[in-house]
Amino acid sequence: MFIRIEKDRCSGCETCIDSCPYDAIVMKDGKAEINELCQICNACLSVCPEGAIAAIEEDSDKKEKEQGAGVWVFAEQRGGRLADVSLELLGAGRMLAEKLGAELSAVLFGSTEKEADELIKWGADRVYHCTAEIFSRFNDEAYSRLLSDLIRQYRPEIVLAGATPAGRSFIPRVAARLRTGLTADCTSLDIDSETGNLLQVRPAFGGNIMAAILCPYTRPQMATVRPRVMKRSEYDSGRKGEIIKVTADNITSRTNVIETVKEVSGIALNLQEANIIVAGGRGTDGQKGFDLLFELAEVLNASVAASRAAVDEGWIPYRHQVGQTGKTVGPKLYIACGISGAVQHLVGMQSSDIIVAINKNPDAPIFNVANYCISGDLFEIVPMLTKKLKEAKGL
Amino acid sequence: MKTIVCIKQVPDTAEVRINPETNTLMRDGVPSIINPYDMHAIEAGLYIKEKTGGSVTVITMGPPQAEAALRYAISMGVDDAVLLTDRAFAGSDTCATAYILAKAIEQLGVDIIICGKQAIDGDTAQVGPEIAEFLDMPHIAYIRKFDDIKDDRIVVQRLMDEGYDVVESSLPVLLTVVRELNDPRMPSLKGKIAAKKAEVKKMSASDIGASEDDIGLKGSPTQVRNIFAPGTTKDRKILEGTAEEQVDLLLKELTELKCL
Repeated sequence: MFIRIEKDRCSGCETCIDSCPYDAIVMKDGKAEINELCQICNACLSVCPEGAIAAIEEDSDKKEKEQGAGVWVFAEQRGGRLADVSLELLGAGRMLAEKLGAELSAVLFGSTEKEADELIKWGADRVYHCTAEIFSRFNDEAYSRLLSDLIRQYRPEIVLAGATPAGRSFIPRVAARLRTGLTADCTSLDIDSETGNLLQVRPAFGGNIMAAILCPYTRPQMATVRPRVMKRSEYDSGRKGEIIKVTADNITSRTNVIETVKEVSGIALNLQEANIIVAGGRGTDGQKGFDLLFELAEVLNASVAASRAAVDEGWIPYRHQVGQTGKTVGPKLYIACGISGAVQHLVGMQSSDIIVAINKNPDAPIFNVANYCISGDLFEIVPMLTKKLKEAKGL
Repeated sequence: MKTIVCIKQVPDTAEVRINPETNTLMRDGVPSIINPYDMHAIEAGLYIKEKTGGSVTVITMGPPQAEAALRYAISMGVDDAVLLTDRAFAGSDTCATAYILAKAIEQLGVDIIICGKQAIDGDTAQVGPEIAEFLDMPHIAYIRKFDDIKDDRIVVQRLMDEGYDVVESSLPVLLTVVRELNDPRMPSLKGKIAAKKAEVKKMSASDIGASEDDIGLKGSPTQVRNIFAPGTTKDRKILEGTAEEQVDLLLKELTELKCL
């Protein structure tokens, strides 16, 4: 498929230029023209007042769809213990498997039989488990080699992995090796009821827009999923499944981890485990605003987070940052103060149970994800909240 | 040491918004910039050259106007620049893009390839590791520090979830870098003059020997079905009244939900 602009009908009004997320429409001799940046996202199709833009189907578009069966989840472990995201993936994988009427399998490298069994109790029907020494620590080449080999052997329809540093590093190698599609950082997954294809939704342009991605012809369909976005399935201690031992002969690597250094600050851990988070953005206007947030946090026994804007201004250290380039959090209550809500920030906090937004600008995008919207001045609202909470607690 | 830095020209995404009524992008006057993470990749390339000698080449795939990004890199001190441009590249997803870059790099020859950890328009972080796979070389992602660079071996610190790993690799190797690694330098006056005069080498699909089935839309396993504005929460309450009334109402609701 490609996009064509009919020169004769183009009036040169330039409406289409703004519709293109990829800068792929340029003006040439007074007419619009598609350049090689075009991603065929179809955003421009409906905007032309002259109806001059069309998507053209080519014969070569009609490829044969490859066949696969079953849903796979790559279960990441750290120091032998299952990462939380592995259990979340099983939740998402179970939903997809049921829609497809297929089985759900997990792949575990390193770790122990006990943890493999845990995967079954969290919803896997089958676990492919390899305990070779090279897998005890994360290793891009070894991980991608064995996972590709297993996929070639068993041909799953869908493969999911966590969008963690490890997942985002080695899963692209697997996709390239298998020459199949990979969608990064998905925030929602579903099965397209018409075609049975995996519908993968992810933020793009720093989260300012969402894109729905398909991998229509090649298999498996691969996706990484951000931690703390999907819900776990129910834990069933009586659940039974099959553990298949996998050997890894001849798997070597040209990289070697010499040392693993833990460096998690109390605050980072605290943020991800906090029940309540009070967060500030550009609207806090500096240290004075954050002082108010820390006072509120103290009464609520909450942690303090920040948007990238506030961190970039130097008002609060990076370890407090929540969002695309910071931490992903999911507390029971998230109180966003003076945060406009660029989706870079939203992707890091929108799985919070309850979101309260306090912002002067009633059109701020943060209000789109909030459960409670207070359009007002945080310098008035926040101290009042603190005072009333103190009163209620008899402080 | 021969180093190649892969860069991408991107719209400054902080400025891009979608109009929720028309579902189109509002991007009036949104400037094109070098992907910010790639600035750190360029700086890393220059650092390696200063440490070990050799050369730094910067490469990008894009339309003719991406040449501006390459010239900026030259003004920072990069030795030469390659622009991969061809209409046949249109519609390439990360897989096809990585294939195209890999084919070009294969021809140029390389010891170390450096990429930014991801581009801010797509945020996929996929092209780097995919290039390494296509070239059958190891890669290390999220480099935050160089510990040692030798002719046949490199030791770096890789950022992980709960700290960092010290990782060694043989060469050739591909690295992706994070912001903490360095502070990109400003162009020098000498660099700016060099950038004006420099010749940017242009390569097409046939120049790099890329087969038609592996590039552009044909070579792209993924397709964008549609784009849309981020959703609005369904159970949303807009609190009204004076500041005090709003605060009282909020506390009442949160107490009922047992949130406090």
